Amino acid sequence: MSSVPRFWRNLGSRYNLEGTHCKECGEFFYPPRNICVNCRRTGELESFKFKGTGEIISYTLIHTAAEGFEGQAPYTLAIIKLDEGPRLTSQVVGDPDKIQIGTRVRSVFRKLGEDGDRGMIYYGTKFVPVDA
Amino acid sequence: MRDVAIIGVKNTKFGELWERSLRDIVVEAGIGAIEDAGVSGKDIDALYIGNMSGGRFVEQEHIGALIADYSGLSRNLHVPATRVEAACASGGLSLRQAIMTVASGYSDIVVAAGAEKMTDVGSEEASSALAAAADREWEGMAGATFPGLYAMIAKLHMHRYGTTSEQLAEVAVKNHKNGCLNPIAQYKNEISVDDVLKSIMVADPLHIFDCSPITDGASALVLAPAEIAHKYTDTPIYIEATAQASDTIALHDRRDITTLDATVMAAKRAYSMAKLTPEDIDLVEVHDCFTIAEICAIEDLGFAEKGKGGIVTANGETAIGGRIPVNTSGGLKACGHPVGATGIKQAVEIVTQLRGDAGKRQVAGAEYGMTHNVGGSGATAVVHIFSRER
Ligand SMILES: [Zn+2]
Repeated sequence: MSSVPRFWRNLGSRYNLEGTHCKECGEFFYPPRNICVNCRRTGELESFKFKGTGEIISYTLIHTAAEGFEGQAPYTLAIIKLDEGPRLTSQVVGDPDKIQIGTRVRSVFRKLGEDGDRGMIYYGTKFVPVDA
Repeated sequence: MRDVAIIGVKNTKFGELWERSLRDIVVEAGIGAIEDAGVSGKDIDALYIGNMSGGRFVEQEHIGALIADYSGLSRNLHVPATRVEAACASGGLSLRQAIMTVASGYSDIVVAAGAEKMTDVGSEEASSALAAAADREWEGMAGATFPGLYAMIAKLHMHRYGTTSEQLAEVAVKNHKNGCLNPIAQYKNEISVDDVLKSIMVADPLHIFDCSPITDGASALVLAPAEIAHKYTDTPIYIEATAQASDTIALHDRRDITTLDATVMAAKRAYSMAKLTPEDIDLVEVHDCFTIAEICAIEDLGFAEKGKGGIVTANGETAIGGRIPVNTSGGLKACGHPVGATGIKQAVEIVTQLRGDAGKRQVAGAEYGMTHNVGGSGATAVVHIFSRER
């Protein structure tokens, strides 16, 4: 599904929803950024841990899986807006029929995928409906 | 800056060309275009080639040099050759680089080509290579696929504007109808709305017939300064505008995922450069990698009110003979989508139409045409406007 170094160097963000916050304009970033898109080099970014609650902006049920996700199909992929503002792409676990645009969700720690050959299993953040 | 004209064009056949290599098809397109222009190798000052993923599809990088070599432009002529990469917008940007090189005065006769050989790998490997045009670390690692990203655009478009699966299907139906009239098209079969809706679901709400195929193909154009274009051809086609814009690589970071702001901005720059409005454009080739992409494109380019792209399509306004014919070539959907070639093929179609050479798919009296080529889910957009008269 991906290279091990690329996965591990973002471990803090993947496991703990760590992003960044611009002290200058106040915008939050997840995934983390080193340069604020508004203030650019005049902004000062600090590390920030998100609460992990938000709502679904849009979603799809993926039938033809991405490489490394074959065993999970069909799975729900969504764009989620965290309450602090930033949006991210993540899987939503649970009954696809209970998922809609606007559904409130919270983050959970789950298996993300695996490399077929080496058997490397990746863990990280997924989301579940708050009511589930 | 100098005005620029297109003096030669050529597409190869688009499809599953298993018996042919990347270099074979580019040479066919390149030679075809320079014969069409009536120039010879020694006249060529520079070559650009749009290619997205030679390293993945045929395990060949250094495509610029490869193509120059096999076109006979290297050993004795040493023509500068540059590969241009911007995912599925590689071809459009190859054209844009060529235009800027001629306009600047650095070069006179320049070839802009585009090519992709996608069927030398299996469809899984091809999908994986295409997924690299999105944000691998923050979309791909979550399980996103390209159809999945466009499916999320479609889902919100349907939720917000009432667009239906039937309206999406109408895009595919129209483009297959047009493809039947195009000798180079990958698919020359008509399909119905029902066929689309009954085809396999790839990523809800997109069925397999909502998606463009895996295709081999190459296309080429020859450019010259406008003031000498008549030396080569009776029907030079002029560049009225070239414009490009970027947006966030990840779909989730966009202002509004149902609008490709890169398209809106590139179109705005192009209309301004050409001093034209959407009403002046007679036909357009848009980037319909998925049916929803054509709906968004006609809205973002100003041919339909925001949210009305589906209705406009279902009404037949984008058909040949309609108010604004869209994708007379069959589009990416039916003509095929060899990713690096697409932006050049779009320009070849517009030139063919403006010359009046499009046969059964001819848009009568076409004066102004536009192309719209997108990379990824909208991180790059490039728009060109062409005219028959100066
Ligand atoms: Zn800032």
